[in-house]
Amino acid sequence: MVASRDDAFVSFEHVQKSYDGETLVVKDLNLQLAKGEFLTMLGPSGSGKTTCLMMLAGFETATHGEIRLDGKPINQVPPHKRGIGMVFQNYALFPHMTVGENLSFPLEVRGMGKSEREEKIKRALDMVQMGAFANRRPAQMSGGQQQRIALARALVFDPKLVLMDEPLGALDKQLREHMQFEIKHLHESLGITVVYVTHDQGEALTMSDRVAVFNDGRIQQLAPPAELYERPDNSFVAGFIGENNKLPGVIEELNGDRAVVRLENGELIDATAVNVQAKGDKTLVSIRPERVEFKPELIPAGAHTIDAEVLEVIYMGDILRTRMRVAGHDEFVVKCRNTIDQMPLTPGQRIRIGWNPLDARALDMI
Amino acid sequence: MSDVASQLTTADGRPLKAALASAQARAKRRAFFLVLPLLLFILISFAVPIGQMLQRSVYNDQFSKSVPALSQWFAENPKGTAPDEAAFAALASDLVLMKETRAAGDAGTRINYVVSGTRSMFTKAARGADKLEPPFMEAMLELDEDWDNPLVWNAMRSAASPWTFDFYTIAFDLERDADGKLTKVDETQRIYFRLFIKTFLIAGVITAICLVLAFPIAHLLATLPMAKANLLMILVLLPFWTSLLVRTTSWIVLLQGQGVVNDILVALGIIGDDGRLQMIYNQTGTIIAMVHILLPFMVLPLYSVMRVIPVSYTRAARSLGATSWTTFRRIYLPQTIPGIGAGVLLVFILAVGYYITPALVGGADGQLFSNMVQFHMTKANWSMAAALATMLLVGVLVLYWLYDRLIGIDKLKLG
Repeated sequence: MVASRDDAFVSFEHVQKSYDGETLVVKDLNLQLAKGEFLTMLGPSGSGKTTCLMMLAGFETATHGEIRLDGKPINQVPPHKRGIGMVFQNYALFPHMTVGENLSFPLEVRGMGKSEREEKIKRALDMVQMGAFANRRPAQMSGGQQQRIALARALVFDPKLVLMDEPLGALDKQLREHMQFEIKHLHESLGITVVYVTHDQGEALTMSDRVAVFNDGRIQQLAPPAELYERPDNSFVAGFIGENNKLPGVIEELNGDRAVVRLENGELIDATAVNVQAKGDKTLVSIRPERVEFKPELIPAGAHTIDAEVLEVIYMGDILRTRMRVAGHDEFVVKCRNTIDQMPLTPGQRIRIGWNPLDARALDMI
Repeated sequence: MSDVASQLTTADGRPLKAALASAQARAKRRAFFLVLPLLLFILISFAVPIGQMLQRSVYNDQFSKSVPALSQWFAENPKGTAPDEAAFAALASDLVLMKETRAAGDAGTRINYVVSGTRSMFTKAARGADKLEPPFMEAMLELDEDWDNPLVWNAMRSAASPWTFDFYTIAFDLERDADGKLTKVDETQRIYFRLFIKTFLIAGVITAICLVLAFPIAHLLATLPMAKANLLMILVLLPFWTSLLVRTTSWIVLLQGQGVVNDILVALGIIGDDGRLQMIYNQTGTIIAMVHILLPFMVLPLYSVMRVIPVSYTRAARSLGATSWTTFRRIYLPQTIPGIGAGVLLVFILAVGYYITPALVGGADGQLFSNMVQFHMTKANWSMAAALATMLLVGVLVLYWLYDRLIGIDKLKLG
């Protein structure tokens, strides 16, 4: 799926953006999208992801750099000539028009005839299972229905590229999850290219082909969801995606990508070196809570184990979330599957924990 | 549905609606007492005076209270009867009465409203009323040959009853001929209705200029960051905080023949020194000064509506392929209609009834209808002033009704 620079459908090249001439909101963005790709821009608010989307849509101009769509530079192309469909966070359905008129609008401004318009509107509404709602007004519909209409409106004029700016942000959890599948399904059946902006990591992981994690105006990591979760490049990504235990320490041994880290209390642990350079470097070791093992038979032979004291066990149904004190840190979390033969842990209990060195990643200090 | 609701009862068997009403009665009573002072204030200072004004426009006893004998004769003889000796005798006896009560001037003034130049007939006749001898017809005609003018007699018949539409007849530039038919007055004397129409036209022009000027300002205010918008808002509201008189006077300073604007135009060579523009003490002056005064009333409702239109609507329209003009026309403008409606209605109604500015800077041709109301008030012709004011009120109500039919009053958004 990863596109090279030449045949990319959308590409950002050294794009920078500043609003006040003093600070950069987007710092040197380089990004290529292949045709048909579903790319999510994920990041906390103020990370520059929405600004990137707005530059692509044409509502903001890049201060520096070039944005290309289908091989052609579009920096100077006004938004209405870009042919990009867009779904907004608050739906942005025109309140003074019916659903049908909303969908008709992009076709009318393109000078399409009445019969052709009606056919396209019907097809678009059927696509989101809203065929019976053409004469309703936006205010008469629920949030989820409005969202479907917004989606249909962004797709009705057959755009090659669809941008979505936190489209599910205003929906409740259940509906949001349902809509995630529908959007994903539409993307697959229509073969459109989607750029999706969200701050919800779950959404990003379930829907995307690739996720670009934004922070501080830069892409911190651009990777498929699984890689992002399992092999974060740096401490920000590790912390932002999923739950994560962080243990600060110093590199004791470095052998290729295998590292041994000395924690603050002097204990040694195994880790995979990701972005540490040399022995003596400070590092933050990141381990997912579900990859921590405390049964000796599950810890790989020869791996280091360390002391842990169980502080709290929270029953969450599918898992038992266990908080431990490890190397002087109270917030170390281990997720144990709730199975019949699970070893019960009780607060105050002292155990040895360990993990596969591949699951512990020695990252930069933040 | 309503059947089911009316049958619902509370646990102890009382009808639900009654239970609800009694449960809320106390709160409703308290709320009513809170608004009572305002209600009384409005009643005393607004509703009652308007009622009085409406009454005065159709009720005038200036003449009728002084002519008991003549009223009797009018009652006994149907309309169209030529005045006979008995009529003149009744008139003479009433004139004697008028002399005693010094009411001849008042009574004559009432007839004079309808037939001009007749006031002196009454004062003159009343002065010598007690010396009049029968036959009264000849005696009166000797005093003034106009005493058998059918117009005067028609006017007296009409004025003998305090209830009258004479003032509305005058206000619509109509008069009754000798046969009692309504005809238009002479071209040169048609002032009221013509001014009425002109007032609505000028108010329309002022409203249009205000809308054109206010729309971009309101849009700017609505899209700027809050801090800057507040600063600009102060500039918009500044006229509100300045005395009306000061503002109007400063327009005189700016616009007069030797004023700042003319001086600048002359200095720039756009007009010659002998071609200084007359921009004050005429219609132009009225329009300029009133636009300035009424502009905030247009900006504020527009601003309050535009502020809550999310930028995503216009962005959505652009992304769907609409040019900026189409976006404005089909997406942005329709959503500002409640604000436009409120602003237009507000400015227009204020402009139609405006008095002080046209009085100060209007000169001869910049006067509006209210100035005519004021003119009649200074002349103590309350009924005429009331009739004109009622016309203004009805005109505005008709516009309000039209607005409700066309746009809907529930769509009005003032802020």
